[in-house]
Amino acid sequence: MIEFKHVSVSFKQHKQIFEAVNDAHFKIEKGEIFGIAGSSGAGKSTLLRTINLLQTVSSGEILVDGENVTNYRRTQLRILRRNIGMIFQHFNLARNLTVYQNIAFVLKAAGKSKAETETRVKELLDLVNLSEKSNSYPANLSGGEKQRVAIARALANDAKILLCDEPTSALDLETTSSILSLLKDLNKKFGITIVIITHELDVIKSICTRCAVMNKGSVVEIGDVYDIFTKPREDFTRQLLSHTSHFNLPEQIIDKMQGPIIRLTFKGDNANNPILYYAANTFQIGFNILLGKVEYINDLPLGILYVQLIGETEPLKLAIEFLAANTADLEVINHGL
Amino acid sequence: MDFDLKAALFLTFGQTMQMVISSLLAAIIIGGSIGLLLFLTSNTLFLKNRAINQIVGVIINITRSIPFLILLVLMIPVSKAIVHTSIGPNAVVIPLAVAAIAFLGRLSEASFSDVDNGVLEAAIASGASKLSIVLKILLPEALPSLIKNITVTAVSLIGFSAMAGTVGGGGIGDLAIRYGYQRYEPEVMFICVIVLVLLVQIFQVIGDSSAKKLDKTSK
Repeated sequence: MIEFKHVSVSFKQHKQIFEAVNDAHFKIEKGEIFGIAGSSGAGKSTLLRTINLLQTVSSGEILVDGENVTNYRRTQLRILRRNIGMIFQHFNLARNLTVYQNIAFVLKAAGKSKAETETRVKELLDLVNLSEKSNSYPANLSGGEKQRVAIARALANDAKILLCDEPTSALDLETTSSILSLLKDLNKKFGITIVIITHELDVIKSICTRCAVMNKGSVVEIGDVYDIFTKPREDFTRQLLSHTSHFNLPEQIIDKMQGPIIRLTFKGDNANNPILYYAANTFQIGFNILLGKVEYINDLPLGILYVQLIGETEPLKLAIEFLAANTADLEVINHGL
Repeated sequence: MDFDLKAALFLTFGQTMQMVISSLLAAIIIGGSIGLLLFLTSNTLFLKNRAINQIVGVIINITRSIPFLILLVLMIPVSKAIVHTSIGPNAVVIPLAVAAIAFLGRLSEASFSDVDNGVLEAAIASGASKLSIVLKILLPEALPSLIKNITVTAVSLIGFSAMAGTVGGGGIGDLAIRYGYQRYEPEVMFICVIVLVLLVQIFQVIGDSSAKKLDKTSK
């Protein structure tokens, strides 16, 4: 659907060449929700903007639906852009136009008649649940409502691709989840390919199927979201993940505890089995859960448990061996053996 | 008083309005277009062109740095060529218009630049043509600020038109100087000033209220 072929973007700044995107080379499939993660300044936004040519590339090619669009200009480019909707962190609605006028603008610009425009705007406002706000101005809408209008505007000309530039970064948690579920619905209902860039890993976790991780202009890792979150291959990804999931046992607690403390990771199917119970029963040891959570990424469970084991040295060793064999990952944090 | 003050006031008020309105119209049309050109040639989303932008910018700056009194004199040959006279309200409309065009040119550029670039980027991303973005997004978004700047220009023009009296421009300012100052009739001067103050107030109130009406950015 969208293919980056060795795409690089460089800017000249103060007589120095700055590589914003460095040799991006990957594919985004039709109908998927693809995330691009990375800290600010990683080049995510620049890369996203190359898809609809808001950003011209310095080298490489962009293919949309198999067609090389890199050199599209004028009419060709405008038709391409009609098929690629875009939403932004700060919504970017015209503030002196009503909700209706904001959406109608892109329809009229695509040559739709007044009657067609009217029916379509109604349809779109129904779709995003804002029918009663048709004549409101953006200043009188909440952040979530503004983003809904922006989504309606982006999809007005039946876009097949939706580019999202930090779509929820200006929203509170509750609104974020409602916007994300709207995006998920649109993806399911219309098969729209969605590309989301964000520094919020939770956004990627909750709706993306695959994602890329960017650092200093380069794509460092790319793959299924579940794999990336459960088994990051690159140091940078691990670092990025550790910033967001504050899920560690405090040092003082570890020092105070007697006996071994282990960190268990459960993934996919093995998260549903009562492994810990089996181990305790089989080897006659006790256990004490210090910290634990189970989260769902793409509806697959990922569980992390910090457990203190209590018992004789030999059975403990055997129990740890058993647990290591039956969980995705086991790390012994404090030996105490 | 050995002259009909009422008749003189009516005549000179008409002259002032003629000078102000016609040079203001020229400023809105030509100055506004220049402001738009300056904005479009400075913005990468539209027609970024450093050369055009700088040349037009320098011309505007030069015009704006000439004191109005000197501009009045400098423009005498131009007025002669265009309106075939160098005195009277018709003649001074030329220097007034030139000053107002340069003034509003800069101010309207600022009005356009104040429009959120993200809003324009969103419009470009939607595949709309640049012309329709300028007409249907940029103009309505900049309009309240443009109207405020047109008001500022109009008020300055009222002041300038009074100064234009000194080169035979006519108008209320001319009346004030000839009767009030040169013929020592302070009450004429006083009345003239009152009329000018009222005129400025009226322009300001109309400008402010229409700008406020068109500005939908607050609740």
